[in-house]
Amino acid sequence: MKKTSFFQKAGTRSVLASVISILFGLAAGSLLVFIVGIFNPRMTPKNIWEGIQLIFGGLFSTGRSETGLLTFGFNPTNIGNMLFRATPLVLTGLSVAVAFKTGLFNIGAPGQYLAGTAATLFIALGIPSSEMIIPGIAPTGIPPMVVWVLAFLGGMLAGALWGAIPGLLKSLLNINEVLACIMTNWIAANLVTWAFDVSNLKNIMEGTKTGYIYKTTVNGVATPKLGLDKLFPGSQVNGGIIIAAILAVIVYIILTRTTFGYQLKACGSNRFAARYAGIKDKRNIVLSMAIAGALAGAAGSLYYLSGNTEFFWSTYQQLPAAGFNGIPVALLASNHPIGVVFTGMFMSMLDICGLQLTNLTTYNEYITDVIIAVIVYLSAFSLLIKTWLSGRKKKKDTVPEAAPVAQTGEETLSGDSAPEGSPADIPETPTTEEAIPDAAVQDEPAQDPVQEALIEEEAKTE
Amino acid sequence: MNDVPQYVIEMLHITKEFPGIKANDDITLQLKKGEIHALLGENGAGKSTLMSVLFGLYQPEEGIIKKDGQEVKINNPNDATALHIGMVHQHFKLIDVFTVLDNIILGAEDVAPLGFLKRKEARRKVLELSQRYGLKVDIDAKVEDITVGMQQRVEILKMLYRENEVLIFDEPTAVLTPQEIDELMQIMRGLAAEGKSILFITHKLNEIMAVSDRVTVLRKGRYVGTVNTADTTKAELSSMMVGRPVQLVVEKEPATPGKDVLKVENLCVPSKLYKRDAVHNVSFTARAGEILCIAGIDGNGQTDLVYAITGLEHPTSGKITLMDKEISRASVKQRSNAGMSHIPEDRHKHGLILDFSLEQNMVLQRFQEKQFQNSGFIRFGKVRAYAEDLIEQFDVRSGQGAETIARSMSGGNQQKAIVARELDRDKPLVVAVQPTRGLDVGAIEYIHGQLVSQRDAGKAVLLVSLELDEVMNLSDRILVMYEGEIVGEFDPKNITVEELGLYMAGAKRQEVAEQ
Repeated sequence: MKKTSFFQKAGTRSVLASVISILFGLAAGSLLVFIVGIFNPRMTPKNIWEGIQLIFGGLFSTGRSETGLLTFGFNPTNIGNMLFRATPLVLTGLSVAVAFKTGLFNIGAPGQYLAGTAATLFIALGIPSSEMIIPGIAPTGIPPMVVWVLAFLGGMLAGALWGAIPGLLKSLLNINEVLACIMTNWIAANLVTWAFDVSNLKNIMEGTKTGYIYKTTVNGVATPKLGLDKLFPGSQVNGGIIIAAILAVIVYIILTRTTFGYQLKACGSNRFAARYAGIKDKRNIVLSMAIAGALAGAAGSLYYLSGNTEFFWSTYQQLPAAGFNGIPVALLASNHPIGVVFTGMFMSMLDICGLQLTNLTTYNEYITDVIIAVIVYLSAFSLLIKTWLSGRKKKKDTVPEAAPVAQTGEETLSGDSAPEGSPADIPETPTTEEAIPDAAVQDEPAQDPVQEALIEEEAKTE
Repeated sequence: MNDVPQYVIEMLHITKEFPGIKANDDITLQLKKGEIHALLGENGAGKSTLMSVLFGLYQPEEGIIKKDGQEVKINNPNDATALHIGMVHQHFKLIDVFTVLDNIILGAEDVAPLGFLKRKEARRKVLELSQRYGLKVDIDAKVEDITVGMQQRVEILKMLYRENEVLIFDEPTAVLTPQEIDELMQIMRGLAAEGKSILFITHKLNEIMAVSDRVTVLRKGRYVGTVNTADTTKAELSSMMVGRPVQLVVEKEPATPGKDVLKVENLCVPSKLYKRDAVHNVSFTARAGEILCIAGIDGNGQTDLVYAITGLEHPTSGKITLMDKEISRASVKQRSNAGMSHIPEDRHKHGLILDFSLEQNMVLQRFQEKQFQNSGFIRFGKVRAYAEDLIEQFDVRSGQGAETIARSMSGGNQQKAIVARELDRDKPLVVAVQPTRGLDVGAIEYIHGQLVSQRDAGKAVLLVSLELDEVMNLSDRILVMYEGEIVGEFDPKNITVEELGLYMAGAKRQEVAEQ
């Protein structure tokens, strides 16, 4: 057996591919800053340089000094806000990643996110806790924490149910999940609008803004800070990011360590083979979508349980971006559940950079949208980048290593496959073409002529 | 033939190296005008590389190519075409939604001014060619609607339309039925008689003996020799190809059938394509300790029958009993537990999850067994140990052992992995569907041996095969299936291949008594 070097590991290459996508994205953002600056007569080279600095280091920006220069350093507020904004992204990213791993494209995260949001808010605001003060009625005595737990679980459940619908349609009627997801997204948007329309949860007390639902703090319900507010003072951070990270670890363990995850992945990679092996493929499709839905539901739930966020309930014209942003988050992480935690944070960091750009320079935050777009675009190419990376490594490595491990070819097989095959055959084996397969054994699509030859050769076997 | 050079194509001392590997090592191939020259070798022997060199896809490091005695340089496929060298690929290069005529002229169109196609002239030319060489095609049909055999004739017409002199056939029979193979052999003889020179790549010895004039054998990238077909035997050719004597005939003791293992009664399975039964009223019994073979031309309901028996599809009526337990409507898992293992027809679609590692594939049905999991968590150590045990026992070769991704393994080893997995499950019934498809002699020999030892261990083996050789060689009892029905039951000792062929083609029919 062959020991793979660090650079040949699939994981390393995935990370490298993502990093390359990210660097290209940041470079494209800087280029845009540069071009905008060049063509704007009111901007000086100093402004341009500041813009580029903020794109790369916005997270560590601490404003301007008295002399008007940008200052950088540890900025707990920024980092805390980044963690807060990362929470829903990590969870919707997980949602998309889980579905991808099982061969499904969950573009229904926005709908599941809305379902989760609605269920959470109805529970969090509908069950009066001991802190809810309603004139004339005695407090109920239900601790706010109990309401919080119920609201969170309710949100996940609602997301799961909403996700299960496309899953059911796919498994029973073979309707493409993408279509079903897009439709359920809009059904959710309208249903949620209607549900809040007829509810009595509209914020009439503050009155300044119309169209918003009460914050959950009205009922004393908010995600515990778990001390993170001490660590990052002045930010919105709460324990949600920790819950998201824990969920990521759980998903990772389910997918890689359990028989359940094995079944899910089997159905995802080859539904026919799974069926052949007696795995219930239909059940697994529904379950996979339900899990994806639960995660997207949790995203909505945690975002609105923070206590600081207000929900604009007329959602019927627009789907929540947090749902769709799960797709690039998952793509950038190559659908790795743990990777999603980091790419989710990265995406929210770009948000923060955008805010810093708006606050401190004449640029606006939409430049970060361009960066995200470039990254998403490139992350779709990550497979290409990965093969490019592996191809470069392979040219160096294949030659010396090919021969000793060349046990793959058909020829070898026939040469001494019979148990009593004459030993005289064996020394001959690693000579010629059967050494080729080893080059491709390594993994993934081949690019150099040797491997093409192999693929041709293999195609003929079939 | 003194006025013309004896050889139309000569490839002299061709060496083609890929980094670290000599794919062709000093290979010489000489093709006479008007002969059918077979190029024989196992998968990976360098046949394709050699043909790619001739076709201009690769440049050899050493050696020269001569056409009609003149040295030529073939830098790309266009050069090859200019030299009138044409190739029928194993996987046809046709456009499904185009008509036969359009496919034939594609890339070699005669064009009138303003870019209009001269279809009339092309049609006349194609019709003339098809008559002259006896290549029956439906010239206005779309390629997607015609049979595989006819598609191949379209490919041949494409070469003739381009006035190719040298025709390369790359494993042309892999996709054909026995009848179509016979027809192709006829066509090839006709082409040779008309002065075309044919290079015929294959690893099937019967076809070589039937049609070729001379054979060049390659092994592991090296030239082994060229012999006249008339002066050689199948056994000699196979040992040249493999490098050691190969058992072409399976040696086995007479069967001693035991009790009934699988009983199929009046089974009907609906067709997915047509409004009729794909399997109609089929009844048979497979007994312990015998190899029962279902023979037939592809598409006569064998696949549907196997799907119904293994639970991948549901029958409309009839009864299936396995080990005295009715399983007509049971799930795949229940059937497996009741005592069935299944070597599927399509190893990529059903047999393996190609993106999984070998070890993960080895426990595809068994991952929920106590030994491989502990309250839902996979016991990776146990899985690894089990997979490595199977890999060693069944001699499955791969680059990284148990961790190898199944996709990167060669076809033969993928099949061996499936055979290992299925036979190790140790079930009283083994359903093996075309277990040796696409494999070379050595691997076939091995898998046949395994199936016989299963039989000797008292298992019932239900073998579905399209290869008459395999049927005659391996089976203890033969059922012939034609258009979804069993049309005959035979003892292989009492029937000839020719007679079996008549049953398979539907020309003869036996009234099978109800068992």
